Amino acid sequence: MSSQRILTDEMIAEIKAFFPRYPTRQAVTLPALHIVNERLRHVPLQAVVEIAELLELAPAEVQDTLSFYGYFKQDKPHGETRAWVCRSIACALRGGEEVMRHMCDRAGIHQGETTANGKLTIEAAECLGGCDFAPCMLAGETLHKDLTNEKADEFLKKAGV
Amino acid sequence: MPEFQPVLLANIDKPDSHTRKVYEASGGYSALKQILKEKTPTEVIDLVKASGLRGRGGAGFPCGLKWSFLPKNHPGPIYMCVNADESEPATFNNRILMEQDPHQVIEGSIISCYATQASTAYIYLRIEYPTCYRRLEAAIAECYAAGYLGKNILGSGFSLDIYVHRGAAAYICGEETGLIESLEGKRAWPRIKPPFPAVEGVFRKPTVVNNIETMACVTHIAARGAEWFKSIGVPADPNNPRDAGSYGPKLYCISGHVNKPGCYEAPLGITCRQLIDEFGGGVWKGRKAKAAVPGGISMGLLTEAELDTPLDFSSLGKVGCLGLGTAAVTVIDETTSMIDFLHNTCRFFAHESCGQCTPCREGTHWSLSMMERIKAGKGRLKDLDLLLEIGDTIGIIPGTTICGLSDGAAWPIKNAIRKFRQEFEDYIKETNPTGYTVTEAVPALVPLTVH
Ligand SMILES: Cc1cc2nc3c(=O)[nH]c(=O)nc-3n(C[C@H](O)[C@H](O)[C@H](O)COP(=O)(O)O)c2cc1C
Ligand code: SF4
Ligand code: FES
Repeated sequence: MSSQRILTDEMIAEIKAFFPRYPTRQAVTLPALHIVNERLRHVPLQAVVEIAELLELAPAEVQDTLSFYGYFKQDKPHGETRAWVCRSIACALRGGEEVMRHMCDRAGIHQGETTANGKLTIEAAECLGGCDFAPCMLAGETLHKDLTNEKADEFLKKAGV
Repeated sequence: MPEFQPVLLANIDKPDSHTRKVYEASGGYSALKQILKEKTPTEVIDLVKASGLRGRGGAGFPCGLKWSFLPKNHPGPIYMCVNADESEPATFNNRILMEQDPHQVIEGSIISCYATQASTAYIYLRIEYPTCYRRLEAAIAECYAAGYLGKNILGSGFSLDIYVHRGAAAYICGEETGLIESLEGKRAWPRIKPPFPAVEGVFRKPTVVNNIETMACVTHIAARGAEWFKSIGVPADPNNPRDAGSYGPKLYCISGHVNKPGCYEAPLGITCRQLIDEFGGGVWKGRKAKAAVPGGISMGLLTEAELDTPLDFSSLGKVGCLGLGTAAVTVIDETTSMIDFLHNTCRFFAHESCGQCTPCREGTHWSLSMMERIKAGKGRLKDLDLLLEIGDTIGIIPGTTICGLSDGAAWPIKNAIRKFRQEFEDYIKETNPTGYTVTEAVPALVPLTVH
């Protein structure tokens, strides 16, 4: 285990601010994972160990929860922008898979990968709850609506790809 | 029936509809004030019972009845979990409520907590809804500032905290006990019931789980009364003692191959065809519908000929669908391949099965493998029978699994193949002319991962 601490004082304070909301420390697992993930764009194992210590849990308990959700990357950070392209039914019926293929081709990566310059990760999402704007994509906090190849190109340019 | 006036969506187009000021300008929080002053918690439960409100999250369980399962005179704490995980494909009505009118949902939540004497409520919100998160957080802060949340709300002696708890992109967190486990910080493995959450829920305490739209309905029942709610929708069938009726307004989502996808409010019981034509602007590109998903993909499929089925709690079963579900309709036009449709739903459930029950974990993955094989032109007629065998054997209904995810996985398989068998057979024969009659086992396909 490395002796270098990964969680900053700020992250620790933010995590601790969640304690009074719940009767157990374990319930702060997801909030803590989100706090770290928002800063580091992944949750390395060392961070898991430190979160476990804060929550008075075994690292395996935090790791067990983390690994259940496909959401938290562990090996390396996702791109500066993380784009979730919906592949569920309402989007698929309106060309979602075609837009996904186009974006991956343009970015020169496969689904789930990050561009070499670290700018963008493209992932397939299940229904984003934006089916009234299908096909759609969530990137950061922005829902990109009624996607077309042209809109996707514009998005890629802005994302630095 | 008198002209129907939307109530749940009445305010969403107003500028700043998400703020307390705008909400209160049209009477917001007056129901809460009146309830706290005039009614005991038991009276509120009775009011909701009398309204006939059934949960809007998918199962349609009578709301007041669920509340009455909480132990009497419990020392507490009692918890409320407001289910905002909304992940059923094609469903987005909760998102619209939270983004455009979060106070409507919060007012209903406070009233529901008062009725059930819950002292803490967690709104379990999917991570994919960042705007909802900001709006809910802002609305909750406004409520604390106004004295609608916190200690001794409006001098009533009732205290309540509401927190938003964000998920991490897993459909199973919408299942009520999966939600509870996830909230506790564990993997979202649904629990075996009983005990039901009302007896032993989150943190092992009595817990109520209700959907966001259910909370919004409570607000209006409190404001307008049970009779008003009961005057809308489809009355219970007097010849069927088990029919609890389909009362009240409902948010219907419509998506897929229509001209105007969106979320629309109508009395429960509108037919699928009315929804498509009157709200969805008809099928796009001048085409005809081939089928429609009636209430999220878990509910199965309606054929074109079945589109006149009312979208209420009791009619969909009569045409072989699982139920009303989330009342999210997805229209599939005549040019679409049912093979593509079924492949898409199988992929969803294989990805979202939590992996806890073998029939669900294996069944969803095998059905995806078979659909991949069929799609790739290697299908055999026998695969259709194997798929149906999976469809008929996974789920709570046949009694082989812990939660209803696998019933949702089974229904599109059963409906698509039974209602469109000819198309599947034609496709298989056409794409695999030399191998479609093979019945021996074929080598296993690429293994897939469970998350
Ligand atoms: C696999 C699965 C997923 C579910 N997802 C949701 C969901 O996202 N939102 C929801 O409100 N209910 C969902 N439900 C239903 C809940 O278990 C529960 O019945 C509901 O939240 C109760 O609220 P209500 O009575 O107000 O409808 C799901 C059920 C299953 C089996
Ligand atoms: S039925 Fe499927 S999703 Fe539900 S608990 Fe079992 S394995 Fe998990
Ligand atoms: S199916 Fe793509 S957002 Fe719902």
